[in-house]
Amino acid sequence: MFEIDVTLRRGERTIALQCASAGGVVALCGRSGAGKTSVLDMVAGLVTPDEGRIVAAGHVLFDSAGGINLAPEQRRCGYVFQDKRLFPHKSVEANLLYGWRLIAPEQRWITPQEVYDLLGLAPLLHRRPVNLSGGEAQRVAIGRALLAGARFLLLDEPLSALDAPRRAEIMGLIERIRDSLGLPMLYVSHQRDEVERLAALVVEMD
Amino acid sequence: MLSAEEWDILRLSLQVSMVAVLAVAPLAFACAWGLARGRHPLWVLLDGLVHLPLVLPPVVMGWLLLLAFGAQGPVGGWLAEHGISLMFRWTGAALASAVMALPLMVRAMRLSIEAVDPKLEAAARTLGAGPWQTFASISLPLAMPGVLAGMVLGFARSLGEFGATITFVSNIPGETQTLPLAIYAALQVPGQEQVVTRLALLSVALSLLALVASEVLNRRMGRSHVRD
Repeated sequence: MFEIDVTLRRGERTIALQCASAGGVVALCGRSGAGKTSVLDMVAGLVTPDEGRIVAAGHVLFDSAGGINLAPEQRRCGYVFQDKRLFPHKSVEANLLYGWRLIAPEQRWITPQEVYDLLGLAPLLHRRPVNLSGGEAQRVAIGRALLAGARFLLLDEPLSALDAPRRAEIMGLIERIRDSLGLPMLYVSHQRDEVERLAALVVEMD
Repeated sequence: MLSAEEWDILRLSLQVSMVAVLAVAPLAFACAWGLARGRHPLWVLLDGLVHLPLVLPPVVMGWLLLLAFGAQGPVGGWLAEHGISLMFRWTGAALASAVMALPLMVRAMRLSIEAVDPKLEAAARTLGAGPWQTFASISLPLAMPGVLAGMVLGFARSLGEFGATITFVSNIPGETQTLPLAIYAALQVPGQEQVVTRLALLSVALSLLALVASEVLNRRMGRSHVRD
């Protein structure tokens, strides 16, 4: 489901990763500054690797040898950013439907109602992002990614900045998405114990 | 309170300023965007060019406009072939106002564009929005309060425009005689003190109103950028 082989040179540093998985959750672990987020950015198309190849959910997103480099909007990755990045000028509902409204109807594989039920979003719809707690904002960010017709999810430290009960709640939701929706995920964490029960494959970066 | 003549002066002033601001707003926004986001060294040159009217003597700006848009000028000659002349017309006054208002508008718009978080634009791209859709749905709405504030500020600047206007299109009642030019004309004639006072108070009121509106918009910009 994921096939990643990328090299990115940033001045003196080189970020390199090779991994392949058949499906489920791939966890990227390592100290902060190891380039975990850069890998997600490369898979999402926000950063272009110097060389390599990225295949996700059966689609070639990047291939330096083949001259393939899809624009971010063509990759249909559900990127849940560490800082959420909800649009501050739009309501929660408009945030959730942002990608849903942009994609072709045949690319929609889940309805807004299903996402609201799955993530418990109904009471939040008419709020502004600025009025959400950390756990609520995280659920909205995940919902927005699912509704954009994501073929796979990129999760960047989804449990950071959450208290223990919220961590358990979000972790439960991620497991449900993995099991009931069967969506491949690339999950970045700086704590290995957080991902061990979740991931089919754990990759250490340093 | 105001005589019919004075109402005409007010109407002409508002018309000139309104047209000037609306016409130059897209150019101001494009300059502001380039200055906020452009990485090319040439943008520094544009930065200087755009700010020139802010520091040049207005009479020099007016003279430059005469050179460019006069009947013999490169732009004026071309316009004349198409039957258009800005000389001694209110449209010329609007052009002079627009040029003089441009730097203020660019500065306000640039600040609001710089306050737009590129990370939000990146998020929109991952959700399926192309570059133009991202601009229309994220960048522009987030920058909008600052863009409007810049336009109101430019409008206030236009209302006060004097030197470039009188140099470029002269002081013709009913055509190019805006508020400041009318005040100047009235000052030249003995016994017109009351007219001067009324027009000057009108200027103060209009400018104050525009500045307050601009400030209100600026504060709204501050609020809309509160991060979650």
